[in-house]
Amino acid sequence: MNAWSLLAAAPVEPALPSIDDFGKDPIGIVILKSAVIFIVLMLGVLFGVWYERKLISRMQNRYGPNRAGKFGLLQSVADGLKMGLKEDLMPRTVDKVIYFIAPVVLGVPAFLAFSVIPMGPKVNMFGVETPLQLTDLPVAVLLVLAMASIGVYGIVLAGWGSRSPYAMLGGLRASAQVVSYEIAMGLSFVGVFLFAGTLSTSGIVAAQASGNTLTLGGLDIPMPSWYMVLLLPSFLIYIVTMLGETNRVPFDLPEGEGELVGGFQTEYSNSLKFAVIMLAEYVNVFVVSAVSITLFMGGWRAPAPITTFWPEANTGYWPLLWFFLKMVLLFSFFIWARASLPRVRYDQLMSLGWKILIPVNLGWILLVATVRAMQIEGVNRTMVMILGALVVVGCFAIWLRFDTVLQRRKEDRAAQVEAEFEQLQAEPAAGGFPVPPLDLPHYRGVAAAAETRANKTAEVPSGSN
Amino acid sequence: MDGYFDRYAVVAVLLAIGIAVVAGGLFVNRLLRPDRPTPEKLTTYECGVDPVGDGWAQSQVRYYVFAYLYVVFAVDAVFLFPWATVFAAPGFGMTTLVEMFVFLGFIALGILYAWRKRVLAWT
Repeated sequence: MNAWSLLAAAPVEPALPSIDDFGKDPIGIVILKSAVIFIVLMLGVLFGVWYERKLISRMQNRYGPNRAGKFGLLQSVADGLKMGLKEDLMPRTVDKVIYFIAPVVLGVPAFLAFSVIPMGPKVNMFGVETPLQLTDLPVAVLLVLAMASIGVYGIVLAGWGSRSPYAMLGGLRASAQVVSYEIAMGLSFVGVFLFAGTLSTSGIVAAQASGNTLTLGGLDIPMPSWYMVLLLPSFLIYIVTMLGETNRVPFDLPEGEGELVGGFQTEYSNSLKFAVIMLAEYVNVFVVSAVSITLFMGGWRAPAPITTFWPEANTGYWPLLWFFLKMVLLFSFFIWARASLPRVRYDQLMSLGWKILIPVNLGWILLVATVRAMQIEGVNRTMVMILGALVVVGCFAIWLRFDTVLQRRKEDRAAQVEAEFEQLQAEPAAGGFPVPPLDLPHYRGVAAAAETRANKTAEVPSGSN
Repeated sequence: MDGYFDRYAVVAVLLAIGIAVVAGGLFVNRLLRPDRPTPEKLTTYECGVDPVGDGWAQSQVRYYVFAYLYVVFAVDAVFLFPWATVFAAPGFGMTTLVEMFVFLGFIALGILYAWRKRVLAWT
C-alpha cells in the first residue's frame, strides 16, 4: 500500500448514536458508566490540582510541589487525606442545617452536568452496544445550564448559613457575578443551536462532523465544521463567560484576601467541607471545558488532519483520547490565563458582563439568524437581505451613539479635573483646607509632570545622589 | 413513551450516586476526625478581633436588582433555545425570523432601560 492510497482513504465513520439510543442501557451499564464518570472526575480533580500547581510554578520560574511522591504527584492526595482527618469546626453562630448542606448543593450538580457530555460514539461495552455518554436529552444543554444555576444556590447558602459579614457579602457578590455571566453564556449557545438545530449534545457533535457549504450569489463557499471557527464571536464570548462562571482568574472576585478574606467559604475552615467546595470548583472548570469542547470544538472527534492519515481515529474507544487531549488543552488555558492576567475590579467585571458581552451577543444572534435564514430554501432572499442590513445599521447606530456619549463624558471629566487644578493653583484654600502649592520641587503634581514631559528633562530618582 | 423518561432516570441515578458519595464522605469524615472545640475555635472570623453583633450584615440593594435582571434575561434566553432549534425546519420561514427579531428588540430595550436608569453603574 503506497502513501497516496493511504491519504485518499476516506475516514471510517463511527457508529453514531441517535437520541433514541439513550436510556436503553441495562442498569449494570448505567451504574458502571456513572461510577466511571465519578471516579474519573475525582481523579481528574486530584491530578488537575497537581497539574495546575506544577504548570503555574513553571510559568513563575519555580518548581512547585515536588515532595510527595514522584514529581510531587501525590501532593493533592496528601492534602485530601489531611483535610479528611482534620477537626471540623462548626462555629457557634452558624445555621447548622444550611451550613452543612451548602457544600453538598455546590458539589452534586457539578457532577450531574457531566451526564450529558458525549465522549465517544457507540462502542461495545461487555457485549452491549452503548454510546460513550451516560445519557442524552432533547434539552441536554439546558440541563447543563440548570445545574450551573443550582450551584449558585450552594454559594448563596454557604454565605447565608455562615452568619458572618465576610461570608455573607462574599456569597452575594459571587452569586451576582455568576448569574450575570450565565446570561451571556446562555446567549452564546444560541448561535450553535441555530446551526445544529438541536439541543442534544450528541446531535451537536454530529452536526460538527463535516462542514456544509454556504451558497452565496452562486458561489459555493465551504464552511469550517467546528463552530469555534464558524461562530468565532460566540466562542470568544463563551471563553470569557466560562472564566467568569467558574470564578477563575481574572474573575476570581469571590475570594478577595484584602477585602473579603475567603468570601463565601470563610467559615469553612480547612476541613472536608472545604475540600468538597474546592472539588466542586474544579469539577465546574471541567464541566465548562467539556461544554466548550462539545459545542464549539467538535466534541470527541479527532482534529482535522488526523483522520486523513488514520481513518479509524474516530472509531471505538479512541475518541476518549481526543476528548481527553482537548480537555487538557483547555485546562492549560485556564492555568495560562491565571498565570498571566491580573484580576479585574468588581465594577469592571459587571460592566463587561452587562454592557459588552450581553449586547454584543444579542447583535451577533441577530446577524447569525439572518445569515442562517439565507441558507433555508424558499425564503424571500431580498427580505432577509433588507433585515440583515437593518440589523447591521441599527447595531452601528447604537454603538455610535454610545461611543459619542462616552467620549463626551470622558472629556467632561478631564475638563473638570483640569478646572479643579487651576482653581487650587490660584487659591490653595479653595477646597476648604489649604493644600501645598502643586509645583513644589518634591511634590511632583500634574503641572510638574507636564513640564518635565514638555522639556524632556530626565527625572532624577530619589536616593541616587 | 417509556424510553423517553428512562433518559431522565439515568440523570436521577447519577444524582443518587452523587449525593451518596458526598454525604457518605462527610459522614465517614465525622467518624474519623477529632472533635475538641473550645470557645475561641467556635467564633466566626472578623479580622482577628471578637465578632460584633450576630453576623447578619445589611447588604446593598444593588444585588437584588441583579437578581431581578437575571430572572428577566434568563427566562428570555430560554425562549430563544426552542426557537433556534425549529428555526430552519420547513414551515418556519420569515415570520419566525421577524417575530424573534421583535422579541430580541424587547430584550435589548430592557437592558437599555436598566442602563439608562444607571442600574448597571457600580459607584
